[in-house]
Amino acid sequence: MAAAIKRPGWIRGLLGALAAAAFGVGLVVVLRDISGLPIWQTEQTGYPHVVVPLVTGPLGFLAGFGCFDYWLRWAAGMPTIPEDHSQHGAKSWRDYFRFNTDHKVIGIQYICTTFFFFFVGGLMAMLIRAELAQPGTQIVDGATYNSLFSTHAVLMIFVFVIPVFAGIANYVLPLMIGAPDMAFPRLNALSFWMLPLAGLLFIGSFLAPGGAFDAGWTGYAPLSTGAPLGQSFFNLGVQFAGASSIATALNFLVTIITMRAPGMTFWRMPLLVWANLSTSLLVVAATPFIAGAQFMVLFDRVLHTQFFQFAGGGDVISYQHIFWFYSHPAVYIMMLPGFGIISEVISTHARKPIFGYRLMALALIGIVVLSYSVWAHHMFVAGMFSWLRVPMMITTLLIAVPTGIKIFSWLGTLYFGKIHTYSTAMLFALAFIVTFTIGGISGVMLGMVPLDIHVSDTYFIVAHIHFVLFGGSVFTIFAGIYHWFPKMTGRMYDERLGRIHFWGTLFGTWVTFIPMHWVGMDGMPRRVADYAAQFGEWNLLISCGAFILGAVQLVFLYNMIVSWRFGPRAEANPWRAKTIEWQVSSPPPIFNFDEIPRVVGGPYEFGVPGARHAIMAGEGAEVREPQPTVAGTT
Amino acid sequence: MIGRLPIAKMLAATVALTAAISAVMVSINWDGQQASTAAPKIDDLLNVMIVLSAFVFSLVMVMLFYALWKFKAKPGDESDGEPIHGNTRLEVAWTLIPTIIVLFGAGYSWSVLNDIEEKAENPLTVDVFSQQFAWSFGYPGKGNVYSEGELHVPVNRQVQFKMHAQDVIHSFWVPEWRIKKDNVPGITTTATVTPDKVGTYQLICTELCGLGHAAMRAKVVVESPANFRKWVAGLKEKVPPEFMESIREDTETNPLPVGAGGA
Repeated sequence: MAAAIKRPGWIRGLLGALAAAAFGVGLVVVLRDISGLPIWQTEQTGYPHVVVPLVTGPLGFLAGFGCFDYWLRWAAGMPTIPEDHSQHGAKSWRDYFRFNTDHKVIGIQYICTTFFFFFVGGLMAMLIRAELAQPGTQIVDGATYNSLFSTHAVLMIFVFVIPVFAGIANYVLPLMIGAPDMAFPRLNALSFWMLPLAGLLFIGSFLAPGGAFDAGWTGYAPLSTGAPLGQSFFNLGVQFAGASSIATALNFLVTIITMRAPGMTFWRMPLLVWANLSTSLLVVAATPFIAGAQFMVLFDRVLHTQFFQFAGGGDVISYQHIFWFYSHPAVYIMMLPGFGIISEVISTHARKPIFGYRLMALALIGIVVLSYSVWAHHMFVAGMFSWLRVPMMITTLLIAVPTGIKIFSWLGTLYFGKIHTYSTAMLFALAFIVTFTIGGISGVMLGMVPLDIHVSDTYFIVAHIHFVLFGGSVFTIFAGIYHWFPKMTGRMYDERLGRIHFWGTLFGTWVTFIPMHWVGMDGMPRRVADYAAQFGEWNLLISCGAFILGAVQLVFLYNMIVSWRFGPRAEANPWRAKTIEWQVSSPPPIFNFDEIPRVVGGPYEFGVPGARHAIMAGEGAEVREPQPTVAGTT
Repeated sequence: MIGRLPIAKMLAATVALTAAISAVMVSINWDGQQASTAAPKIDDLLNVMIVLSAFVFSLVMVMLFYALWKFKAKPGDESDGEPIHGNTRLEVAWTLIPTIIVLFGAGYSWSVLNDIEEKAENPLTVDVFSQQFAWSFGYPGKGNVYSEGELHVPVNRQVQFKMHAQDVIHSFWVPEWRIKKDNVPGITTTATVTPDKVGTYQLICTELCGLGHAAMRAKVVVESPANFRKWVAGLKEKVPPEFMESIREDTETNPLPVGAGGA
């Protein structure tokens, strides 16, 4: 028992959480007592004896779990424990529940965790649609409804879409660039373990007095600053999700910039690598803004600062500026990695080089630059100074240009190819082009101030974000999961079940989200538990679509679990792709490569006689270059 | 490479599909009844955008489905496609043409925006007071008479709404007028509209404001100037003093000089 307490792991982690939480409560009690304040402050926004342990408890868990052991020993001048690779690789399923520094294990930890939250958030969507199937309130009351759509959005955005891309890239990207791991494996593990904590804080807010946070995922002040305790759970959950996101993005940046295999110039990087480079540039610079915005809300709530309290000289609208300065780039954080996935899938299954590869990469960088200059298009009716509207409209519409380049280049890639549609990944990639085009079109309409004035905060917005986030991002996520499933698990998934999942998802997406445009334009506001009777029939149809969409995800879940366990063994390169991750076994060896590959050409040289992307160890070994030293392996 | 494609047929298919989609979609009245001078202008912009969007959508569909039909691999064909890496002229075209389309859309939107927000000579000013979860209205030109839950305005006269939120953010939306504006605590925001149809409408709160958000509605009556005068004359109450305190200079279109802000 004593050994279990000393060893990093779950027992020490839970004890650490308890001890740190108790310390947090004690700190509040002592400080309030010294200050002569009543010790238990339970105004709805206060509860310092809950908020402080919500900060210290998770940190205590991370420390106990072993996330900081190496660094703390090093910083304290203690002898560090020599790396014996016991935290590398996974021999049984139990290893996925441990502190592990192997990027492949972390990738799978990310994907499984985020899909858990996807199904929880999806269940909430089902409840929301059940409530909205008819006018009036039947299933949940107004307060619960507000909590449900808020948590649904927050789970999907912060602990599903953003991190699942980090998970896929975690697994694939080091292999793709010929690196043995990420640049900072311990930081990588810490990034992952912060994520479930964020998700638990979001879900745990249902236990708070007053219910879960209910001011929407946007949490506009001053509704959020005056909301019950659950809002603080949101404020803090965002800090953990955000810190996780920033650390991962730094890790990707350093990995991509410094750890590419010899010969892999920037213009020989696969587009998935370009996409994650662009995404990481957005994350490191934009995410601190939402962290700051949520801290300011938390301080207004708990410390009685007055950032967003007009009576105390605060400025209400500044919350929205800071929030959207992150949350618009976040839209691209949730889309660019998907663009990368689609490029890989389409090129491979059309057996064609990417059409206009360099322009594709430059378009990603163009989106990064433009996306910092469009945030106020979320605020056309917010009452901000009115001159900002037209410039932001122009930049917003211009962002359609690089996006259009990507769509047309994917289409161009198909021409004169040999298109194979047997893979579910390719089906999702092709359908993505259609649904994302619709989402893009409604986005251009929303960018136009006069149209936006009418439809802003209506179901048209709900339709648009679901077309780009579900029809866009989630389709690319499915494409990515199916595409790299054989590589990650060493097994093939069932294509027949995959096709059922695909057609059901496509049908469900259209039936659910297309009519939302119509009711929105016709006068139905968003975020309402009850609505005018005239929208009843369309909403019933929308709910039916949503239930189909929800049910068919169970087919996906079944397919993934059963195929992972019992699927036929996968070959190294079932799709006959050219990038490096397919040139190693499925699943890859524990340190990825016996010897770092040498990159000699572009990543998509389909049909070019004699062209090679990379030369692996043991083949074409006429030139031996000295083994490069790579950070993170010592 | 392009020479090997039936470009004329593909363009014809795109135009035909565009025409079919536009014909259906333009004929539908998406935004509902029009009851202000702004409404037809906004709906015209919507229809122009529908046609342009239908063109882009049709182009993508024709390109996609032609490729899927023409270049689908035969069963058992394991060969690769042709090693085409790009085409500079085509890439320039699909950069420039969308740029022109969106810049046109931006210019058109800008002119519509200026048009619908242009101030008329003698507008009626109405104060809008919003609080969880009710609307009320004051008429500063009529001795600050006050109406709870019911807004009356005369037809064919421009109305300037000055909006003042008492607690959290609310948003003022009358779908038939096509205008919307947030009511923000601490500042005064403005919306301009010229109702041009007599009738009864609904004012809807569109910014999530708490538990009663879905039910935060008010009745809007657009009536003849004579009826409006009669209705105003019948208002006995004055705007309560705490609401009067929330009336401030509009900083939305007249930002304070830098340094003059703050508490």
